[in-house]
Amino acid sequence: MGFLDIRNATKAYGNVEVLHRVDIAVEEGEFLVLVGPSGCGKSTLLNMIAGLETVTSGDIAIQGRVINNVHPSKRNIAMVFQSYALYPNMTVAQNITFGLEMHGVPKAERARALEDVAQLLQIDHLLDRKPGQLSGGQRQRVAMGRALVRDPDVFLFDEPLSNLDAKLRVDMRTEIKKLHQKLGRTIVYVTHDQIEAMTLSTRIAVMYGGHVQQLGTPKDIYDAPENVFVATFMGSPAMNVMPAKVRVADGVPHAALADAEGQEVLLRFSQPHLAAWDGRDILLGIRPEAITDPDGADRNSSNIEPLRNRIGVTEPAGADTFVTMTLGGKDAIGRMRADAQVAAGEMFDFAINMEKAIAFDPQTEARIKP
Amino acid sequence: MATTRAQPDFRTRLQDWLPRIVLSPSIAMMFVFVYGFIVFTIYLSFTDSRMLPSYDWVGIENYVRLWGLRAWWTAVINLGIFASLYIVICTAIGLSLAIFLDQKIRGEGLLRPIYLYPMALSFIVTGTAWKWIMDPGIGIENTMHLWGWESFEFRWIKDRDMAIYTVVIAAVWQTSGFVMAMFLAGLRGIDNEMLKAAQIDGASNWNLYRRIVIPLLRPAFLSAFVILAHLAIKSYDLIVALTGGGPGRATELPATFMYSYTFTRNSMGIGAASAVIMLMSIAAIMTPYLYAELREKK
Amino acid sequence: MSVATQDTAVRTGRVTRTFIYVFLLLFALFYLMPLFVMLANSLKPLSEITEGNMMALPKVWTLEPWAKAWSSAQIGVEPTGLRPYFLNSILMVVPAVAISTVLGALNGYVLTKWRFRGDSILFGLLLFSCFIPFQIVLIPMAMVLGKLGLAGSIPGLVLVHVVYGIGFTTLYFRNYYAAFPTELVRAAMIDGAGFFQIFWRIMLPVSGPIAVVSVIWQFTNIWNDFLFGASFGGQSQPMTVALNNLVQSSTGVKEYNVHFAGAILAALPTLLVYIVAGRYFVRGLMAGSVKG
Repeated sequence: MGFLDIRNATKAYGNVEVLHRVDIAVEEGEFLVLVGPSGCGKSTLLNMIAGLETVTSGDIAIQGRVINNVHPSKRNIAMVFQSYALYPNMTVAQNITFGLEMHGVPKAERARALEDVAQLLQIDHLLDRKPGQLSGGQRQRVAMGRALVRDPDVFLFDEPLSNLDAKLRVDMRTEIKKLHQKLGRTIVYVTHDQIEAMTLSTRIAVMYGGHVQQLGTPKDIYDAPENVFVATFMGSPAMNVMPAKVRVADGVPHAALADAEGQEVLLRFSQPHLAAWDGRDILLGIRPEAITDPDGADRNSSNIEPLRNRIGVTEPAGADTFVTMTLGGKDAIGRMRADAQVAAGEMFDFAINMEKAIAFDPQTEARIKP
Repeated sequence: MATTRAQPDFRTRLQDWLPRIVLSPSIAMMFVFVYGFIVFTIYLSFTDSRMLPSYDWVGIENYVRLWGLRAWWTAVINLGIFASLYIVICTAIGLSLAIFLDQKIRGEGLLRPIYLYPMALSFIVTGTAWKWIMDPGIGIENTMHLWGWESFEFRWIKDRDMAIYTVVIAAVWQTSGFVMAMFLAGLRGIDNEMLKAAQIDGASNWNLYRRIVIPLLRPAFLSAFVILAHLAIKSYDLIVALTGGGPGRATELPATFMYSYTFTRNSMGIGAASAVIMLMSIAAIMTPYLYAELREKK
Repeated sequence: MSVATQDTAVRTGRVTRTFIYVFLLLFALFYLMPLFVMLANSLKPLSEITEGNMMALPKVWTLEPWAKAWSSAQIGVEPTGLRPYFLNSILMVVPAVAISTVLGALNGYVLTKWRFRGDSILFGLLLFSCFIPFQIVLIPMAMVLGKLGLAGSIPGLVLVHVVYGIGFTTLYFRNYYAAFPTELVRAAMIDGAGFFQIFWRIMLPVSGPIAVVSVIWQFTNIWNDFLFGASFGGQSQPMTVALNNLVQSSTGVKEYNVHFAGAILAALPTLLVYIVAGRYFVRGLMAGSVKG
């Protein structure tokens, strides 16, 4: 049993089930990120934890107490909203202490709590302003202050950074991570941004179509995605997924697929269990950073396979140069070092780190496991 | 850690019900005073109620008698003439004023309130003013004579055949400014870049309005039509103040017909039947419109 | 007015522009003329109207007709002037506007922020009730007011105007609150605020603009009402009914100047509201065309 338990939680509107038997146990102090495309049910799940949506079936429990029927204000949670939801008619100080006031906390205590939070978030100088007079980043801080001041069991964040511009978003991301490290509180955080999910979380739940596709640490999710959806959703640019065949040669399984000229190439797998798939179709998943120029290849890898292929388009991006090529009949992206000598239309010798390659069952789209 | 199951406390359950409790007085009033009353009046229209309500069922007799009455036919025909002229003229004036006012007019801020203020007045005030303005003895006719146009004649308000048109004049005076405001809001909502594109495409001003702007004002046309039609059917005060239904019964409308049959001529059953017909004609106009508006919003 | 001051990109020639200005000015005269006639003739002695030109300014200026209309003109059988009826109207309008606006605000709040199954049907029914021809409720209303002992009384008129005003006030507040972020209500819920606390502390402080629209709309409508006043006014007739009685009275000489003064007196409150808060008035009218 975890600190926050979501057990078989289901949500249906009439006959339409939008969330199917979600099971997550969150430990105390964990930073759980719910990530997925819009409409995947992540916000619905967060609202169910908050008590803003009812639970159709299943349980939500905090510290062993089932709170399905408990009013949001009595669950001892706090929430930071996407729009920040600051009360426009109140000052920053009033916004932050409104919850304490509603809970009957005496004035002196409120003032002390406000001071602590204001200092922590460096918003002391803004306390007398109205939300309309604040910048986006300042509003974000006030919204967090309103949550922090309550000292809740669980913090809920609903896409809190999506209204900020790109640079500020990165700064605030770091800030939130620092806060979590400092305070060690339990956080459930919803986002559609996979980078936020990777950087912030201790664990990620990738959601799609009302199902949790995979629950695990950022490294698990990235290196061993359960299925094609998780593999392509997490990571940017997305993992290349190409149709291929398994061919066993010299007792070792290889991926066989067509290069840009339509010639078949063989890439040796590191996973011996794929020999069982000899002659069958698979989907081959290779992340862009596993397709490099030979000098950029991972030195710790035990299985770098050469591949000579024609370059389609090059996209210099400063730190890296991305190269698009045709592989297995699809566009595949490789990530070269910035100064790699690549030019569109030319043949080039790539190095493929097959240690990181993943094979999926084309029928179920699930990762083929030993 | 043992699992306990928290039950909703009283306050939480009260919070769940409060919204409905707060809404209920209004809803109750609506069901009694609007829909209950409508049902009751419909029921009365099938009874032989005369001076007082009676509950003896007579079937559709009241409706048969109603449609056999000359006075009712006069009222319905008057409504047909009045409503169509009122709607067409208000729309034409409103649209023209709006388009002209939208041409970077100097003094627009002064003209707009002048066009609109009649809407703030009571129909009784409007009726009183126009009653004397159109009175042949002291009004326009007299003024024209004094200004030297001896042959000028304008005595519609005393003329059985023409009196209904004086109602149109007064009603148009009162509401056309409002229609102007509706169209002006519609015009200001049109994307300027689209107009520039059309001009670059070589459209003349006339074509610009005929082919692009006016079709884009469709929603404003629809709203104006619905509002004006419903005002026309409900017109009562203006008739009372302007012509009193006369000369004779020449300017009776269904609304005044209903009132006099119910309360002064002791034919409550027929009055109720005429009210039901008024309701049905308004429902025929409003229901599809409201339905579409509410659906759109979702 | 609520419309933005953004002009079209249309270019017009000199001749066209002259025509446009003439057209606009002629209509301005058309709209102003009755007001001018009422004002000018209310300041003339009666003989100047019956023997002179209605369009002319007074030769002899007098406030006599105003005084007479206000305090001594024959209304019905009593020579009371319009004063007591003016007071009736005020006593009727103030509570009716206040109650219907408060109920409309609460209804709008519930219908947007505390939605429940079937709420849009209820709103649809409420909205339709704004547009019914009131003839359909006159008979039962007269009976019910009689049963309640409210016939011919101010409280009776207040009740009638509240009942048939709620639809519009609810419409205004609902449309306004629909644009108000629901996340704020949710945040307040998590903060522990209850139904009324949220309304009082979060919603009401930002409801000023729509409250003004609702108050002006209700004020204008109720002040200008004639049908209900004439049907249920009894001993407590409002201003409009009294004005009509004054103008239509068949006895004695027709005192046009007093009629005009009375008409202006009846129009004065709504005209003042229009002059002071015209743009809210227009916004109300526009929202009255179902939405803004």
